[in-house]
Amino acid sequence: MNPRLYFTFSAAVLALFAAALLLPLQSLPALWGSDPELAGIVITELRLPRALLALVYGAVLGASGAAIQALFANPLASPDITGATGGAALGAVFTAYILGLAGPVAVALGGVTGAGLALGLLLLLAGPRAETATLLLAGIAISAITGATTALALALAPSPFAFYDAYDWLMGSLVDRSLPQLLFAAVPALAALVYLATRARPLDALALGEDTAAAMGHDITGLRYGVVAATALGVGAAVSVCGAVGFIGLVGPVLARRLTAGHPGRAILPAALIGSVLLLSADLAIRFAPPDRSIPVGVLTAMLGAPFFLWLVARMRWDAKP
Amino acid sequence: MTMIVGPNGAGKTSLLRVLAGIGGDGDIEIDGEALGSLPPSRRAARLAFLGASRDIRWPLSARDFVALGLMGSADPNRVERALGLVDAEGFGARRLDRLSTGERSRIMIARALAPGAGVVLLDEPCANLDPKWQLVVLDRLRAEAQAGAVVALSIHDLDLARRHGDRVIVIEDGRIAADGPPAEALSDMIVERVFGIRRKQDFWIRA
Repeated sequence: MNPRLYFTFSAAVLALFAAALLLPLQSLPALWGSDPELAGIVITELRLPRALLALVYGAVLGASGAAIQALFANPLASPDITGATGGAALGAVFTAYILGLAGPVAVALGGVTGAGLALGLLLLLAGPRAETATLLLAGIAISAITGATTALALALAPSPFAFYDAYDWLMGSLVDRSLPQLLFAAVPALAALVYLATRARPLDALALGEDTAAAMGHDITGLRYGVVAATALGVGAAVSVCGAVGFIGLVGPVLARRLTAGHPGRAILPAALIGSVLLLSADLAIRFAPPDRSIPVGVLTAMLGAPFFLWLVARMRWDAKP
Repeated sequence: MTMIVGPNGAGKTSLLRVLAGIGGDGDIEIDGEALGSLPPSRRAARLAFLGASRDIRWPLSARDFVALGLMGSADPNRVERALGLVDAEGFGARRLDRLSTGERSRIMIARALAPGAGVVLLDEPCANLDPKWQLVVLDRLRAEAQAGAVVALSIHDLDLARRHGDRVIVIEDGRIAADGPPAEALSDMIVERVFGIRRKQDFWIRA
């Protein structure tokens, strides 16, 4: 991707970030006039964490989606479709409601462990180079297991309000997160982003074939574990704070590769930028829901992302025809 | 130019993989430098390897695929020169998954030749190629060898191995059964013992 496009996307991220702080605007100027301190609090304590979460969560979804697609050599792989998101949700729910450890560190650790276990299971089931059918079936199986187990954990939870509490969170929401929560999502996500960004070249070389990349001096086993661990870390921690936000990890990389002539590795950074743009936009859009209703942001991304996924599957079918 | 021949399962692929530093333990040294200690950027100039698989992992354009073999230093002139070696300038812009198996094989050979590595190892470069292209590829590899590169390849066609090799290594059950100039290594006696075939006029028949 050329520097001008990077600049454009970075500018888009900044503009959306500013919009996330200022919108909806209607009450803000009046509040500023009557009580500037409160207006400041609205911006720094309510909207800033929410905007930062959207920025970081979107970026880590895009980057890890691109890395997982490059690793599995499959454009349909992504954190949610591989079951990593579901595993993270299960890990976080289990830690918070069954083990009763509701602190942000424990929940984040639970999320990371759950995502890691789900990805490890996928590697076992689908193998290093996942055929589309195996990948999707393994992903469906893992998602079914994690979904059912999450529901079971909530049903068995000592707290009678567990289902109600968890509903909003499981659907994916960035609203009302505290500063510590923001840190426990953002720090692991940034670490994962930095690591994944450095793997662009080996992941591109992997497109030449595993043996060729290995003969060129790339440590393929290390790369595989590294990408899986970074995805588990970044996505797991983000899910434990914001819940499951689907399809951005699928859409971001697919769009990013249109800008990198199809190169899977060098699409990682553009995919991170596009992921941020998508999640910031989705989180802005739901603010314009009817005043007494709140729509979880994950619902919106799934409603837009699922048809895109269907289109991808259909296009792969057309491509496969000689 | 060294030809590695042997029956199916004799260990040709294993030998090439070990030489490329990706199978088995131990170290490979090129000019006294351990291969394992070289960073990818320098390793590409030292050794190029074409594995047995012609599968494509990712649908890049043929030109981008060749450029990736150059590890970052993707000098467009080198890419075009490599595409030219296999007469592939015409389909450089096409996606690999839209090419025929033979065209794809030629692109993969171009990828291995692009860096101009000192050691070029190829696992059956003639597989999937039509008779003319087998000859063309062997000629191009010979040119690389004459320019100073060490070229080693596995091949099934004993006549091609005899005619184009400077040295032939015959592998049998993971051991070297013969190693020497083509006429010696591929003598009637060795061919009949290792492969179980013998020549009858213009043809090979089962011994």
